[in-house]
Amino acid sequence: MARESTGNSHASPPLWRVERLAYAYGKTVALDVERLSVRRGRLLCLLGPTGAGKSTLLRLLAGTAVPSRGRIDVGSARPEKANGAPSVAMVYQQPLPLRRSVAENVAYGLKLKRLPRREIETRVEHWLQQLRLAELASRRADRLSGGQLTLLAIARALAIEPEVLLLDEPTANLDPGRVELVEQVVRAEVNRRDCTVVWTTHNLFQARRIADDVALLLGGACIEQADGRTFFDSPADERTKAFLNGDLIY
Amino acid sequence: MGGPAGKCYNISSHVLTPHSSPLRTAVFSAEFLSIVLLSLKVSATAVLLSSALGIPMGTWLGLARHPAASLVRWCTQVGMALPPVVVGLALYLLFSRSGPLGDWGWLFTPRAMIVAQTILALPFVVGITAGAIRSVPDQLPEQLRGLGASARQARRTVVFEARHGLGLAVAAAFGRSLSEVGAVLIVGGNIAGHTRVLTTAIVLETSQGRFEWALALGGVLLGLAGLANACIVLFQRGQHGGP
Repeated sequence: MARESTGNSHASPPLWRVERLAYAYGKTVALDVERLSVRRGRLLCLLGPTGAGKSTLLRLLAGTAVPSRGRIDVGSARPEKANGAPSVAMVYQQPLPLRRSVAENVAYGLKLKRLPRREIETRVEHWLQQLRLAELASRRADRLSGGQLTLLAIARALAIEPEVLLLDEPTANLDPGRVELVEQVVRAEVNRRDCTVVWTTHNLFQARRIADDVALLLGGACIEQADGRTFFDSPADERTKAFLNGDLIY
Repeated sequence: MGGPAGKCYNISSHVLTPHSSPLRTAVFSAEFLSIVLLSLKVSATAVLLSSALGIPMGTWLGLARHPAASLVRWCTQVGMALPPVVVGLALYLLFSRSGPLGDWGWLFTPRAMIVAQTILALPFVVGITAGAIRSVPDQLPEQLRGLGASARQARRTVVFEARHGLGLAVAAAFGRSLSEVGAVLIVGGNIAGHTRVLTTAIVLETSQGRFEWALALGGVLLGLAGLANACIVLFQRGQHGGP
């Protein structure tokens, strides 16, 4: 990695520190990140083209994939967590619904946490309204459109109120109105309860709109990480400058 | 007809009265009813046993990714094509007086018939269950873990997602058991009032030229098989998201 800038956000301690993390699919190295940090209460955009390793990094952060090399250190999870690991929810690029109603899908993670029934109902109703899915509450989730399914996946992840929310290209299938909705809802959640969000996108403009911090991934490597303003206004790496200029460097 | 000959499927001899329909009387006779009930009892027990064994096995097979699973999958497919008379013959030798399990005294009893039907239904339950589990997208467990589910909770959810397929497996096993004739004829002996079931009774009536009775029994069997089939259709609709 050419540079890791903390910009003006020293107040946010790192939640995760990634050190020399690598992941390979067979003999193909999909990810080889020297250093990267995810800071508490901030929205980190993993920016990069298709195949840059963004989704792989997200799966490693979620703990659903095991790195070939390196480690992810937990910096400052909440002390009440027994193993020190933060609670994580991840929304996949192609979310899969359970063959149940939309409401039951949102309730899934809450039932796993054994929350009281009333609390589950309240949260399900709240998040269905937030994501404009309330009218579809009783519809079978496997009959939703791609865009509705994405909103459902975001609702069921937000409903469990995780410390860290991992979003893999969450707006790739959405029309502009819903893109705005998702950006607003997630941003509001970061502000409301200080949760941490890692959001992958290949969309420069979106990263500029929503990110507190940005990391550029190219060819599986983290080229540069900085706070949003620094990243966009004064990038340090030539490849970052070229990427921001729209040059085809990948 | 042999066996406890007083009851030897002699429906016709005691129902032939001048003013009654012999077929109708026979259909409502105690013996006829006992044949239907024994058929249901033997088949239902076999389905319960094959489901208790087959659903966990099929679940394992559906989730398994290691090479041994391929061998088990092949065995399951062979099991689906298992000739019933061969199963009947093997069990006959096993349960016969000089056989290794001869002391149990199970030959020519409903127990032996249940064992035969369980063996024949088991591969269907395992195969259909495994297929239903495999129909759940591979990525679902990972996505469930991304929502906080443990590996065990994710597996349980996958099984629940395949619930319609599991229902289909049970319905198919019931249909298979109910319509089975070769094995139960060999190990049951078709003894009137003891091991006679719908299929073996039909064989007997046909061989004796009493086609009316054979047809009446066949009608009941067809009705029950139709019921099992209706269940399969309903489960399939559920599986494929039908109305």
